[in-house]
Order: sequence, then C-alpha cells, then structure tokens
Amino acid sequence: MARAARKAKKAAKQPASHRTWALSYLAVAAVMFVVYQYALPWEGLPLPIYDFLQLWLPPSSVNEALVYVICALGLNIVVGYAGLLDLGYVAFWAIGGYSAGWFMSNFFEQWNVHGLASVATTEPGVHINFWLVLVIGGAVCAFFGVIIGAPTLRLKSDYLALVTLGFGEIIPQIFFNGEDINGFNLSNGTKGITRLDPIPTGVKDLGPFDFGSKFVVFVLLAAIMVFISLQLRRGRLGRAWLAIREDELAASMMGVPLMRTKLASYAVGAVAGGIGGVAFATHVDGVYAERFNFSISIFLLAMVVLGGMGNVWGVILGAFILAWVNSTGLPALGDTFNSQFGTEIDFPSFTFLLFGLVLIFMILFKREGLIPESRLRLVLHEGDADEELKPAHEEEK
Amino acid sequence: MTLSNELVLDATHISVQFGGLLAVNDVSFNIPKKSVVSLIGPNGAGKTTFFNVLTGLYKPSEGKVMFGDREITDLPPHKIASIGLARTFQNIRLFGLMTAEENLMVAMHSHLKSGIASTILRTPRQRKEEKEALDTAREILDFVGIGKWATEYARNLSYGDQRRLEVARALALKPEILLLDEPTAGMNPQESGVFVDFVHRVRDARDVAILLIEHDMSVVMSVSERITVLDRGEKIAEGSPEEIRSNQRVIEAYLGKAASEGRGK
Repeated sequence: MARAARKAKKAAKQPASHRTWALSYLAVAAVMFVVYQYALPWEGLPLPIYDFLQLWLPPSSVNEALVYVICALGLNIVVGYAGLLDLGYVAFWAIGGYSAGWFMSNFFEQWNVHGLASVATTEPGVHINFWLVLVIGGAVCAFFGVIIGAPTLRLKSDYLALVTLGFGEIIPQIFFNGEDINGFNLSNGTKGITRLDPIPTGVKDLGPFDFGSKFVVFVLLAAIMVFISLQLRRGRLGRAWLAIREDELAASMMGVPLMRTKLASYAVGAVAGGIGGVAFATHVDGVYAERFNFSISIFLLAMVVLGGMGNVWGVILGAFILAWVNSTGLPALGDTFNSQFGTEIDFPSFTFLLFGLVLIFMILFKREGLIPESRLRLVLHEGDADEELKPAHEEEK
Repeated sequence: MTLSNELVLDATHISVQFGGLLAVNDVSFNIPKKSVVSLIGPNGAGKTTFFNVLTGLYKPSEGKVMFGDREITDLPPHKIASIGLARTFQNIRLFGLMTAEENLMVAMHSHLKSGIASTILRTPRQRKEEKEALDTAREILDFVGIGKWATEYARNLSYGDQRRLEVARALALKPEILLLDEPTAGMNPQESGVFVDFVHRVRDARDVAILLIEHDMSVVMSVSERITVLDRGEKIAEGSPEEIRSNQRVIEAYLGKAASEGRGK
C-alpha cells in the first residue's frame, strides 16, 4: 500500500515537473516572440519602452543567448550526465559553424552544388538547405567527436580535461590558418566566410535581420535538444552515463562498456555543438575563425555549472543569463552607469572577472547550480536529505 | 555433498607479477557448476589479486582462465561481466545517486539493445524492453528481500540492505558465477548466519555457482562445499571444510608455526 502510494506520488511528481518546465519555456518563448515580432515594430509603442527594450533586451541578444542554450545543452550531456570534463567544446562549435559556411554560401565558387537551397540555382558555390545543413553539421561533428574522443576518453579527469583543451585549441587554429592548404582555401583564414543563405522556413525565407522568425527556429532547436536530453536520460544509455559518473569501475564490472558509452555521450554532445555552430553562423551571417576561442569553452562550462549540472532547465537558465550578461547586460549597464555619473569605465572588459566570481561563488555556496538536478541536491545537502527521508521510512512501518 | 564434475570456470597455472613481487604464484583453481566454493587466506595472501584476474581487472602474467569452453583471460572486464561473471565489492560500490531499480537496470545494460535513436523516439520495442527490464529488476529486488526500496536512492538504504542490493545488482547480470568479495564484512554473527542461508537460497533459485572471499571462518565453514587456501600467493590447501579445519599448513598460515606446534602437544 505504502509503496504503491509513494510510487504514485513520485510518478505524479516527476513528469509533471518536467511538463511544467516545458510549458513555462514555451510560454516565455511565445511572449518574447509577440514582443519582438509585433510590439517592437508597432508605431504606437511608447518610446521609453522601445528604448528600454532596445537597450536591455535587443532581439539579437536573445537570439545569441538561444545559440548558447543549444550548445550548453550539448555540453551538459558530456559534463552533467556522463561526468566527463570537456574543456575543448568550442572545437565542435567551430566545425558546425564552418559546415554552415561551406554548404550555405558562395565560398566554394569553383563548385556549383544546389540542394533544396533558398537561393537561385545560378548562384555559384555550394548551397544546401539550412535544415539539411543542420543534419550535415551534426553528422560531421559526431564524426569528429568519435575521432577526437577515441584516443582521449581513455584518460581520466584532469588528463581528459587537458587533452580536450588541446583539441579545442587545435581545431580553431586549423581554420584560422586554413587559407592555403596546398593551394586549397579551406576557411578563408582571418577574413572568414560571410553572407550565408537565408533560412528557408516554408512560409518565407529568413534574411539575416529577420530576428523574430530566426528566434522561432532557435527556440525550436533548443526544444529539440531538451527533448533529446530528457529522452536519453531516462533510457539505457542515460543510466549507463550516470553509472559512469557515479563509479566508473563498478559500472564496467556491471557490463557497461566504458569507452563506447563515453564516446556516445561525447558524440551526442558534439552533434549539439555542431547544430549550435550552424545556428550561430546563421545568427551572425558569417563564420569568423577568431570567434572560436578558448573562452567560449569556459563560458559554456560556466553556464552548465551556474544553471545546474545535469538539469536541462537549469542549463537553459544558466546559458541565457550568462550569454545575456556577456552580450548585453554588461555593456548596457556600463552605458547607463557612465552616462549617469560621467565616468568612462569599460564594463565589458570585466566580463571574465565577473564570470570568475560567479564560478567561485557557485562552487562555494551553491554547487548544485540554480536549478539543481534532484540527485545532486541529495549529496550536497546531506542534512536536508535525511530529514526529507524520515517520513518515507515511517510510512513503511 | 559431492561437487559436480562439470566446471563452469577453470583457471590454470595463474601467476601475477607486480614488478619484482609475485602476488600470485602458479595457482590453479576451478569452480564446479552450481557449487559454493571459498577462497581464504591471511591478509596479503593474494586473494583479491586472484579475484581481479578472474574478473578481468588484471591480466595474469602466466596462465589462462576458461569460462565454460571460452577463454576469457584477455577479455575486458565489461565483456566478462556480460557473459556471466558478476561480482560484488568488499567496500560496497553501488551507484548511490541512482534508485535501487536503476542500479539493477544498469547491470542489465549488456542484455538490452535500445540504441540512441530508438531511445529518443521511444519506439514500441524500446518501451517493451524497458518495461521488461523494470519488471525483472523488481522481481530480483523482491527475491533478495528489498522490494519495498525499489524506488529509493541506493545511498539511503541501510548497510545490510545495501549488501543485498549489491547481490541483486550482480544477479541482474544473469550470471553463471557470482563472486562475493567479503560479503559479511561489517555484519554481526546473527546477520552472518542469515547470510549463509541466503547464499544457498541464491544458488538454488538462480542456478549460479558462488565463489566467496571471506575472513569470517564460521561463515566460510558453514557455507562452502569446497575451500581453497592461499598463502603468500601460493595455494597451500584445497578441500572440504573438515579437511581444511584439520590441515596443518592452514593452521600454520593462520596462527603461525609456534601456535600450531603448541596446539599439537
């Protein structure tokens, strides 16, 4: 009886909380969409509100934050689920970005390939449909994830972090210097690849400045990542990831193949990085090698830690907050502060000081993140957990 | 009770060398089908090293291990586990932040088939497989007597229940051999007595052979059908509990030579 009752309570509790979160996510997205698509261009909107929104929450900052959300959700599978510290995640972001650059622009003028693209077939270059490029970018990243992961994932903790850090430097450097590889221009070097094809949505094609509809595409991609994360988490593979995070030796003694399972998490994370890379390229309408630097990897890791390792909703919140602070919050705060007090403090230059403080603060006082995974809350607050448990024991007697 | 002649595991001439130290020296050891056998010896005798050779954690410098008619000497641990050799740990190593039933379902990993795509899409086959796995997990938990804790996190279970959960998790691998590493460590004599019955019940109901590493002599004597004694990496005796109890070399190894001579007078 008691067991059935507790089970029912648990069953009722858990999916409902995910459902609540999912609905809140969609509701917030819907409100934002209405604001950007209809309220902001509306002439009757009072000027102060317009100015406020443009200063504190411009459409481009929201879209950029969503790109970070997609990538952070992927990193969460590697770091949060499987417990593998990856400091080179930017590599996949770069590969995804260049996939978009290669397959959605005039860059490869020497070829003329068209695949359901949104541009006229007379355009030179490789032009493939955005949605297909997402798949291609994801697949290319999965491939590189396995190539990079196979030798590195044999290492443990600190060593793994160091080697992934190395790969996170190597891949962007290849693109940075890839202007002339035996006469072949792979990446256009520091000049980057610019002007990507618009996103075909079926309704209308999205140009580079159509923020509202691009917003919908990014919200959808992030939602797909959430769905994939949650589904995998509650299945055979997700259990194996968690077991490895808990106790690697015991997991292997229970028949879990360590390498294959870790590789799977690395590859799934890489796919998300690739999709995020394609999204980022369409967001800024170009691919620039210098944007893919080490700080992005750390930035994404900070998002996962701030939000709550292993909890997709926490990661979304963490990614959104940090991306916003980085792109808009600090510069806007700086402008307001400087114009108010007549100072000339360069606020954005304090970004990493701030993030460092956030990380230190989180590790010291709130290690489980803003919205913790229920399991982690249990370890990090031993005392609370014991109290919560008592009723369950008594109920049993 | 006579032991079956059919062997489920046969390790021959196993030696393990760590640098200059010969931790296990030319030990041959087998496990008959559906038997309960024990490996004992003083601290540092090489029991755990030998155990780790069987589970694939160490590769022996010499000798080979046959599982049925398949050689497993060079297989990785997870392969050995999935073909039917499951173990428990001396210092309980459960997945603390997973529920009891999830712990068992991790052990079923190698028997389940769903891949990434079918898990994301929740195909009918995947759902069916998950449901069957959950039912099996519940059934095993009931069998070891902790069914009521199925949805509790492993770390919240009492010490005795955690020991049972370790056995349950090992059984979820559908093993032919169950290796128990000091399963009664930390138990009082009464609990150990219950445990002896439990071991026989597991063997009879689950059709497994059981290998025990144990310090508690009363447990070893009452539970085992055959005992093998290691001392300083070498096998010094093997036989029924009665034979081992009166074996001079065993008494020397455990109590020291002087004591055994004193006993002889």
